[in-house]
Amino acid sequence: MEPFINKKYSYPGLFLRTGLLLLSIGLIFGLTGALQYILLGFIKQYISFEKIRPLHVSSVVFWIILGAIGSVLSYVQQHSGKKLHSEILLKIQFYIFCVSIISILISYFFGVFGGREYWEFNPLFALPIGIGWILFIINFVKTLGSFKNQPVYVWMWLTGIVFFLFTFLESYLWLFPYFSDNVVNDMTIQWKSYGSMVGSWNQLIYGSSIFLMAKISGDKSIGYSKISFALYFTGLTNLTFNWGHHIYTLPTHDYIKHISYIISMTELILIGRIIYKWRLTVSEARKHFHIVSFRFLSAADFWVFLTLLLAILMSIPGINVYTHGTHVTVAHTMGATIGINSFLLLAVAFDIFPRNNKYLSLAFWIANISLLIFWISLIIAGIEKAKWQMRAIQSPFSTMMMDIKPYFISFFISGLALIIALTFIILPLFKKENTRK
Amino acid sequence: MFKIVNVITDNQKFTVASIIITLFLCYTFSLFSNLPQKNYDTSAMARKGKMVWQKYNCNACHQIYGLGGYLGPDLTNVTSIRNTKQLTAFIKSGTKSMPVLNLTDTEIECLIEFLKNVNSTGKSDPRTFQIQKNGTIHQ
Repeated sequence: MEPFINKKYSYPGLFLRTGLLLLSIGLIFGLTGALQYILLGFIKQYISFEKIRPLHVSSVVFWIILGAIGSVLSYVQQHSGKKLHSEILLKIQFYIFCVSIISILISYFFGVFGGREYWEFNPLFALPIGIGWILFIINFVKTLGSFKNQPVYVWMWLTGIVFFLFTFLESYLWLFPYFSDNVVNDMTIQWKSYGSMVGSWNQLIYGSSIFLMAKISGDKSIGYSKISFALYFTGLTNLTFNWGHHIYTLPTHDYIKHISYIISMTELILIGRIIYKWRLTVSEARKHFHIVSFRFLSAADFWVFLTLLLAILMSIPGINVYTHGTHVTVAHTMGATIGINSFLLLAVAFDIFPRNNKYLSLAFWIANISLLIFWISLIIAGIEKAKWQMRAIQSPFSTMMMDIKPYFISFFISGLALIIALTFIILPLFKKENTRK
Repeated sequence: MFKIVNVITDNQKFTVASIIITLFLCYTFSLFSNLPQKNYDTSAMARKGKMVWQKYNCNACHQIYGLGGYLGPDLTNVTSIRNTKQLTAFIKSGTKSMPVLNLTDTEIECLIEFLKNVNSTGKSDPRTFQIQKNGTIHQ
């Protein structure tokens, strides 16, 4: 596993650092948005919530995408022992993404929207992003060379890369009236693509984290065992068929709901595996816990457990009736994007840019504890909203929002603590290397 | 010896992956060719209204069928409980948290037509849902 990527300004590293910058920007917008929940109308004459939300969501989504690309391109070189197929393609891809993302964020400030959840930008921006992704596929496939006897993380990367492009294109089918004329048809296809798209970038990130685990433990067999592939195929099945749980309450085909319900329960296998491996994980943690990357891998393991547990509960239709459209869904999203995706990508970032200082350990714990409070606040707010939704005689929506304000305050304060902690974690990654791991 | 037994062959991997991906493609294209709602009537005004909904990113704060933002209420069936005059007043004046978006009169008309069209597709109030014996939800 020869590291080709520890050059100070390597482009895979730049993808990661640009992603980290977007994470920082996304967190600031997220905090501003949270403040608008507490102080209604806060700075709405300058930047109202319909602008703040896409600024927050797109920044964080692009952090995950750029971070995932950076991690895959770094590790595919270490795995194959070869330099990237084309540095020029990589540079073109990087600048296409940078120009597109900056333009997208600026367009939001001017109130120019495509108006679709997650991809709120004008659909014209999808074109350069799609082209950039195709360049990524070419570089990845050419660098890898042969597909013979590849470990599970290579399968995951390939799955993530291909399915992202497929679902990204699928998410723009709304441009054709056949798909978008009826709102139920439109939302069915929209959430089919989004559900699988999240699964596809998870494949990229989980693949990189398995590579990193194998690297830290020095045990290459992790990537080749039957159980690794069994878990991969479970993940692939969930990626392809589990998207229906987003739309249980939509008057769509019943078979979509039945398939999703059955498939989502296979995630119990994954959670069972986590519990089974718990003892081993603890003893491994003792061995490697001084390594910053391993700490984030361990934290993500904890968040996988909590998020998967919540996801399984939400996938049971009888429970989903209550939680759908409430902040329980937001808690699930935050647990997945911060606790799993961001922590795994931070583990990769600390492997590529090895840094350590006296504040990191404290910041790590503050980030995890504040994220837990943040997560619980959202769940309680969601349960309160669920109770309100089911009342025979409902108070006005604004009264319900005032009633759950204490949980939004707790959400805001813990969010602020999380941002401060993440700042102390992220900042060293932009500084010159001074302490080896 | 254990590791050799524990390893899965390339042929086995490709077979399993091919089965899953083939099933996925069949599922996808069968859904595309047989969309959930067939007999519907979406007027040109409602189509324009959908574009107004997207242009002003209404989804950031409001939900349709429980999907979207959380700052404002779900608007799936808002036209059942508010009339056109009330909705026009809301859109024109804003609320404490909702800004005045300065929509033109035509945009407001189209947007309300879109919301009426959404209302005609089903109900989003969870109190009206039935949980079936197999655990799924029916409207």
